[in-house]
Order: sequence, then C-alpha cells, then structure tokens
Amino acid sequence: MTLLCRMLNLRVTYHRQASAALDLSALDITAGERLAVIGESGSGKTTLARALAGLLPETARCEGEIRWTSEMPPQPGRDLGFVFQDPSSSLNPVLTVGEQVAEGARQHLNLSWSQAFRHARDLVASVGIPDPDSALNAYPHQFSGGQRQRLAIAAALSARPSILVADEITSALDMVVQAQLVALLDELVRQAAMTLIFVTHDIALASGLADRLVILKDGRLVECGATAQVLERPQSDYTRALIASHRTLSSRSLLPGSAA
Amino acid sequence: MTLLTVSSLAKRYVSGTRPVTALDDVSLTLDRGETLGLAGVSGSGKSTLARILLRLMPADGGMVRFEDDDWLSLSGTELRRRRARIQMVFQDVLSAFNPRATVGSVLDDPLRIHSRLKERDRRTEIAALLDRVGLQAALVTRSIHDVSGGQRQRVAIARAIATRPSLIVLDEAVSALDVSVRETILRLLVELQQERGIAYLFISHDLAVLRAVSHRIAVMDAGRIVECGPAGDVIERPRSDAARSLVAAVPRLVIRG
Repeated sequence: MTLLCRMLNLRVTYHRQASAALDLSALDITAGERLAVIGESGSGKTTLARALAGLLPETARCEGEIRWTSEMPPQPGRDLGFVFQDPSSSLNPVLTVGEQVAEGARQHLNLSWSQAFRHARDLVASVGIPDPDSALNAYPHQFSGGQRQRLAIAAALSARPSILVADEITSALDMVVQAQLVALLDELVRQAAMTLIFVTHDIALASGLADRLVILKDGRLVECGATAQVLERPQSDYTRALIASHRTLSSRSLLPGSAA
Repeated sequence: MTLLTVSSLAKRYVSGTRPVTALDDVSLTLDRGETLGLAGVSGSGKSTLARILLRLMPADGGMVRFEDDDWLSLSGTELRRRRARIQMVFQDVLSAFNPRATVGSVLDDPLRIHSRLKERDRRTEIAALLDRVGLQAALVTRSIHDVSGGQRQRVAIARAIATRPSLIVLDEAVSALDVSVRETILRLLVELQQERGIAYLFISHDLAVLRAVSHRIAVMDAGRIVECGPAGDVIERPRSDAARSLVAAVPRLVIRG
C-alpha cells in the first residue's frame, strides 16, 4: 500500500467565519483506495474535497499541510478529476459537450483537437451516453440531469487522472439514476485503477462503493476505518446514530398501529 | 371517507419542439387523514400532478373532486376562498419563499389572506404555529435565509397548516435534509396528521422515506400510474418494472468482508 498523501493539522477557515470549516489533525490517503467522506451539512466534507483538489477559494485561510508523496501536488484536471454536485452549473452552457470533454485531453495529453475529439467520443460512449457522435455537438441543456452528470464524469476523466474526487454527485438526482451513476463510477474507477474520494451524506450509498470510510462532524474527524469495521463496530456515538437514522425498506413505519 | 378523487387526468406540453405527455389517464383517490406516497423517477409526472391539484397549472382533461367540489372548475372568489384547503410544501424552500421574507411574515401571509383574525390574534396564532412545529417564538423576526435548512422546512410546514387544510402536497419535502433532521420532520408530519386528520400526497423518489409515512403507495412512470397498493405490498412485491427499479435503487448498508 503506497501512501498518496498525508494531511497534518489541516485547518481551513472561510472568509469572515469565526470557526474553522475543517479541522483535521491527521488523515492519510492510500494510492488506489476508495475513500468515502461522509457527513451532514456543515461537516466539512466538501471543504476536505476542495482542499485536496486545490480548489479552495483564495479568501479561505488554509493552515497545516497536505503532504503529497509525489514531487508535485496533483494538478487539477490532469492528475486529479473533480465531479461536482450540480452538473447544470459545473458544465459550461455555451460550449458543446465535445469541446468540454476534449479540453482536458487536448491540454494535458498533447493531443491535437481532432485526436482529442476522438478521445472524447470514446469517453462519452464509455459513460453510457447514446449516440456519442451527435452528443459531441450537443449542448449540456439538451441532456437530462443524469446524463449531464455522466458527461461531467467524462470531462473529469478526460486527461486520464489517477485521482477522482466525486462531491455529492448524485444528490440532485433521483434514486434510480443515482444507482446507475454509482455503478458507472464503480466500473470506471476499477478499470483505470484510480484513487476515488467519494463525498456523500449517505452512509449506505458509501458502503456499497468504498473500502474505507471517514466520518466528519462539524469540521472534525469523528471516525475513520475500513468500511466493514466502521459499520459493524462503530466507535463513536455519532456514527452509531448515523447508521441508526438511515432508513431502509425494512425500517419500521412511523404510522401508528403499523406492525412493520 | 374520500377526500380527493382524481379521474383520467391528462396533461401535455411542448418542451422545445418535442411534445411531452406529462400525465396520461391518471386516476387516484385519497381518504381523509390518509397518506398516499407518490413514487417515480424524475420526469415521471409527479410534480405536474401536484401543480394541477394546487391549481397552479391547468389540466388538458380529466376531473378532480375535492371536498365535494368540482375542483378544476372553481374560479374567482370561490377558488381563492377554497385554496386554503390544499397546501403544499416544496423541496427547495429557499426558492419557494420570498428571499426578503421573515419567519413571521411567511406565517402571517396565509392568516391575513385566509382567516379573519385581527393583527394581535394573528401574532398569537403565529406563536402557536411555531410552537407546534417545534420552533422558538423568538425566530419570528429572523430572515428566512437566516435559519437552518431543518428550521426552514419546519416553517414551511407551519405555513402549510396555518390555513387548516385537509390536504397537504409534500413535493420531495425531505429530500434535501440531513438524515437526522429528516427523521424528526417525518415524525412531526405523522403527528400533525394524527392530530388534525390531514391527508398527505407525499411525493418522493425515495421508497424508504415513503415506506415510513405512507398508508398506500402509487408508482408513476412516463405520466401514468403503473401500480398502486398498500405501502408494504408495493415495496415487498412490486409488480411493475418502474416499482421494481425504484425498490432496487434504494441503497443498502453493505457490509463486505
């Protein structure tokens, strides 16, 4: 197991905020692992994802360090792909799908535009978009929410990054589309042996995808461990509560007088 | 006792140049004090049905009987008066409220329009509503932007019950909430139903949530209701492809070795 990076005393404070959005004493990420970062709103999970990707706003104060084992920190777009929560705002509405998916490859893989477009076509096909040739010439608004998120994944993978950060990529989508997207992500990450950082509020969703879980609350690390270990023997009350409040199809009905 | 009967509701519209059938021969009934869960993927027609019931959008065909009125033919003063009886809670409360509103003004508006209470009595009523949904009376002067997501959803519920409706349409009303907050909101909704005999049309793509609060579940697909039955039956023995894929899509806690 090769260490990818080590976060030490990482503390991120946003502009004009008194308290830190993220305050981590130590967290390691192993190359090739699938790490799920789980937390409710305000837990610091998106801040952690953005700090890793170098995408914090300039006005945010970042103390401590992220020590990468590579000589240089990963360059976003080239070494690290990022998929955002809302594909309607992360994709550019006035550029074609082809331009957006090809751009990373053109920029970082030394391809000509025509080579990059062929590469983009294959990517668009690999994320399950029907008729990829015409998709390249279409604009984001011509696709459904789920398809747009597939295209955002294709764009993030364009330069063949070794790290993929997915920040709440299914929370704007319905559950059937969510299940399809997670299956797609699972397959793509496996094929390319990427490191996956999967940020979510849904511990069950994470459990089907991740090797290791990190639980955050109010910017602090509550618990971290192998998925099975955290689920079977949670160490903190908060994790226990998170697991308990998860509703499944077999959870008790809240209606009075109902048996199941 | 039947509160709502929807018969053969139809709605078509044009998206760009493409004709879309949003509702196709939709029929359902809802009893007083009952919760009907309405499940389906995005684009299956759930929100269109909600909008037509709220009289926010006309139907192309079909009939709605609500509290013994021919609901879709009401107009003018009569419609304005009767609107108090069906209320709605939206998923994204922040965009549903006037951004400049305060918690107090959000609750005062329906009382001013639909009740005959004087200003002082409305203030008392607002305090009672806040208390009923578990919020502090001191929140009344706060901007609607300035409260947490869970508190805002409670304000939306207080606003919905302010006019003493017999039906509340909840359109993905808990989907954007954290799981712990979601659980308390679901419990609050069930309590209010017990207390006031309100019927809910509870729209969600999450069958686990619908399982928690619904007496019956109807499943929509491409503008049609493809399945409807007791909540447990639909989830344990789904008959339609749409219901089966919704059941399969609910994430399970997976403990792998």
